[in-house]
Parts: sequence; C-alpha cells; structure tokens
Amino acid sequence: MEHVAVLAARAEREAAGRPVADKRMTAEAAMALIRDGDHVAIGGTLYSRTPMMLVFALLRQRRRHLTVSRPLACYEIELFLATGALDRIVTSWVGIGLPWGLAPIFRHYVERGEASYDEWSHLAMGLRYKAGAMGVPFLPSLTMLGSDLARTLDLQTVTCPYTGERLAALPALNPDVALIHAHRADMFGNVQVDGYRHMDADIAKAARTVIVSAERIVGPEDIAASPAQTMLPHFAVDAVVAAPYGAYPHECYGLYGPDLEHFDAYVGAVREHGPAAGLRYVEENVDAHPDFAGFVAAAGAARLAALEAAASELMLR
Amino acid sequence: MTARGDGQPDGVTAEELMAITASRLLADHTVVFAGVGMPLLASAVARRCHAPHLTIVLEGGIIGTTLLPGKLPISTNEMRAAYGAQMLTDITDIFLYAQRGYFDYGFLGAAQVDMHGNINTSVIGSIERPRVRLPGSGGANDIISLCNEVLIVTQHEPRRFVPQVDFVTSPGYLSGGDSRAQAGLVRGRLGAVVTDLALLDFEPASRRMRLRALQPGVTLDQVREQTGFDLLVSTDIENLGPPSAEELAIYRKLRDGPAAAA
Repeated sequence: MEHVAVLAARAEREAAGRPVADKRMTAEAAMALIRDGDHVAIGGTLYSRTPMMLVFALLRQRRRHLTVSRPLACYEIELFLATGALDRIVTSWVGIGLPWGLAPIFRHYVERGEASYDEWSHLAMGLRYKAGAMGVPFLPSLTMLGSDLARTLDLQTVTCPYTGERLAALPALNPDVALIHAHRADMFGNVQVDGYRHMDADIAKAARTVIVSAERIVGPEDIAASPAQTMLPHFAVDAVVAAPYGAYPHECYGLYGPDLEHFDAYVGAVREHGPAAGLRYVEENVDAHPDFAGFVAAAGAARLAALEAAASELMLR
Repeated sequence: MTARGDGQPDGVTAEELMAITASRLLADHTVVFAGVGMPLLASAVARRCHAPHLTIVLEGGIIGTTLLPGKLPISTNEMRAAYGAQMLTDITDIFLYAQRGYFDYGFLGAAQVDMHGNINTSVIGSIERPRVRLPGSGGANDIISLCNEVLIVTQHEPRRFVPQVDFVTSPGYLSGGDSRAQAGLVRGRLGAVVTDLALLDFEPASRRMRLRALQPGVTLDQVREQTGFDLLVSTDIENLGPPSAEELAIYRKLRDGPAAAA
C-alpha cells in the first residue's frame, strides 16, 4: 500500500492555477489527462451515476497498468481487466448485484493473481477519500478493527492522545484522476447533482485532476439559482464534458433507471464465453461506435423512454 | 425453496420464514441499518406490521425509505431504494451515523458464519490464493463494527455454519470471550442469528453460538445436523410461532407488488 505525502499533495494543489475559464472539452480530449500507471477513481456507486461515457472513453484508449478505485465496483471493472488496462482494484465490493451472482472475469484475474484487489470496508473507502479531500494523512475510525481485512492490508492503529482509546488509522487516498458524472455543470466547472451524492465530492477533492461529465451544460445563472445543489465549485474541477445519458446503462437519479436487460445480456455472454466476452463487449459497445452517443443510440428510443419512465415513477413530486 | 419443518402454513418458503422471524425482532421507534434482500424485506414487514415508527436506513445514503411494493431495489445505491425517503445524504455520512450510535440494529446476511459470529464474504480458501474470490465486505464490516445490535439472517446449512471462517471479513466475537473488545471493537454486540430452522444467540461468557428457539416443526437434531460445529443449547428451548396470514400477505405484496397479492 502506497501512502500519500500529504504536504506534497497540498503543495501541488497550491501551485496549480485556478483560472475561471471555459473548461469544456470532448471526452476524448479529456482522456489526454490520464496516463499509463495512473490511479483513476470512478465516481457514483455500483450502477448509480457511474460516469460511463468517461469510462468508455478511457476503455477506448487501452491504457496500461491502471489502478482503479471506487466505492462499490460494477462490471466496468471487468472491462478494464479484460482489455488489459488494470493491475489493481481498490474498493470494498465487486459485482453487479445479487441476481447476477459472482463476477466471473473479476474472479478469473484475481484468483490467478493477474490483478490485485485491495479490499477495504465501505466506510474505510469513504474515510480514505475524505482524508485525501481534507488534506490530512489519515482519519481515525472504529471500523475494520480485529478483521482479516485489517491484517491483510497491514492497517495501522492510533491511540487517542486524550482518552487512550485505540482507533484504526485509515490512510488518505489521493487518486491521480477522478471521473465524476453529474446532472448539471456550467462551463467553468460548477457542478450540481440531484439525489444521492455517493462519495463523489470527497473523491473529486482528493484527486489531483478532476474530469466531470454532465447530463446538461447550463449557464452560470442556472447554477446560482440553486446553489445548495452545487456539489463541487469550479476551482475543484479541471475538465467539463457534455454527456447526455452519460451514465447509461447505469442509472442517473430522477432521469433514467438502470438498464437491467443490458446487464443480463452482458452476464449471459460472460457465462457462456468466459473472459473473452469482456473484450468482445468493449469491441462491440465501445470501439465499434464513433462516440458514446452512438452506443446510447444503439439502445433504441423505446428502451430509453422506458428507463426514463421507470425513473419518473419513483419520484414523489 | 420450501421451508423445512412440518409446522408451517402451506407453501411458505425458507426466505419468507426467515424474513418474518427476523421482522419480529425489530422494536417500534428504533432505527435499522439494513442491506438489500432479506434484511430489507424483514425491516419493511416490521414497519407494516408491529413497528410503524421503525426507520429504515440503507448504506447508499438513504434515511427513512418506505419502498414501492413490487419494485424492491437490487442495490442499496439505486433510486428504488430511496422511494419515499426522508433524507438522502452521502455514503460516508450514513456510516458515521452508525459510528455515532444512532442505529439500533445492523442487519446482515452471511455466505459463511462461524461459532463466534464472524462473517466471511471475501474468499473461499486463502486470501493469497483464493479458490473463490467473493465480492468483499461492502458495508458489512462497518455495520458489524459500528451498529448497536447486529442481527444475522441466513439459511441454515453446514457449508454456511462453519467452525471457523476462512477469512474474517466482518468481525463478530472473534475468538470468543472478550477478544472482540480487546481488538478495539468496543461498540456493538451481536444480538441474534435468524435461520430457516432456528433462532440463535451468543452465550454471554464464551460468546459461542447458542440455540434459543426452533422454527415450527423443526427438531433439535435437525438443527445440529445442519450446523458445522458443536452448538450450545439453551436450557429452555422455545418454539417460534409460524408466520401469520397477515405477515405472509404483507411480505408477498412487498416482494411481488399489489397486483400479485390480490
């Protein structure tokens, strides 16, 4: 486990400029901010508000030796593994959900030792990002103590200087790049979300570079009309990408539900053909389309309308 | 899977039996931190039966969800999990409420649980060379470490009830006695284990799993056969009442939706 040099991370943030500038770019252009070997943190959780447009753009690049961290990881992890992009997973859980069983590609790589999985608890992931976001080297907590998770990760404890209590010392996690999907952003990078916030604000503030995709690019006056909805201020964001349906086939709160049939088809193919089905999925759903809009369009208008209706039914207004 | 034991109403499944038994353990005017699946169903049944002021919390950041019958969530982080919620916050915040002591119950399933209530959801085999790499802790480690009282609900099978788990993902009473407190886990206690055969707890001195009550029609020998370790047995074993028609109707409406229950 590498440990963040908190003063270095802070110095880098201090030295970076904070220009109020038009940060809009394409997903492809934003991928130039990511290098081989980077630690990429993916926002959202499981299949909720995952930045799938940015994930697909990164998959297209076939980067190598990435570390990917997430609160809970869904099948995008398998796609990075199947394309040879991923060395190391840092999360608390990998799968899609109970109906789909264990994730076979994930199992294939981790059981053979071809990828490593640093398994933390869910709160530990949250506090590690939060420590990174707060600019401190660790946060104390009463979780993970006594477990084999702690033993495997060589998790250290601290003794409270006031009460003598022993606590787990969760080390800060400062990713190289954060990928975040949001409902709205202006061109400067003021970012708003509806519904769940997952761990996104802490992931972004902890990261060295922050790429945000947004369902809609709005004017600064729209941001100012509901400032309490703003999750990230412009100075914490480096790139803004317009991304209608940018979380599809995952859900985006209030806008569209998850495409469970898409998950069924993916899991069915992996069960039948093994890890090769992961690579084929990327070839057919990422490489074969000129851009993400092509992938979304391939789902068909009727399916998208049904996903929007499913989301609408759950909103009490 | 149809419930084992011959004292059941016709057609009751193991899942229904476990969820309804577990629901009865949740008191009114309390807060339960539930996972998806059986823990969530049990909590929702309790709210609709005897505990209308039970607040259900889910790790996605949801406080006070009510759920739309027939549209139960698969994940605790999706929109369906938040239907009718009073508050949405972020994930880390939810767990910090648990650490602060607001959550009366933490409610977990278990792929593998041992005689001291330790849970494994990480690996079958060794962590270095796993035979099967399981999904991992998710919030389970945090729930068992931080909630005031932990309830475990799982099917009663020898492969699940093992003497010692391969890997302690979520620490129960560790090696028994005061080892949990010695490890620094000074908050929280394991309340009950609910299965399709029995209700169990942990003997206060040794912290070993102990049989307290039997599901209708189930025998002590049957429970022993399905447990992979030597079970302590309470001096006065009680018998659990079968699910009532009302409980079953509420459970089935939640799972299948209003039309299916009609």
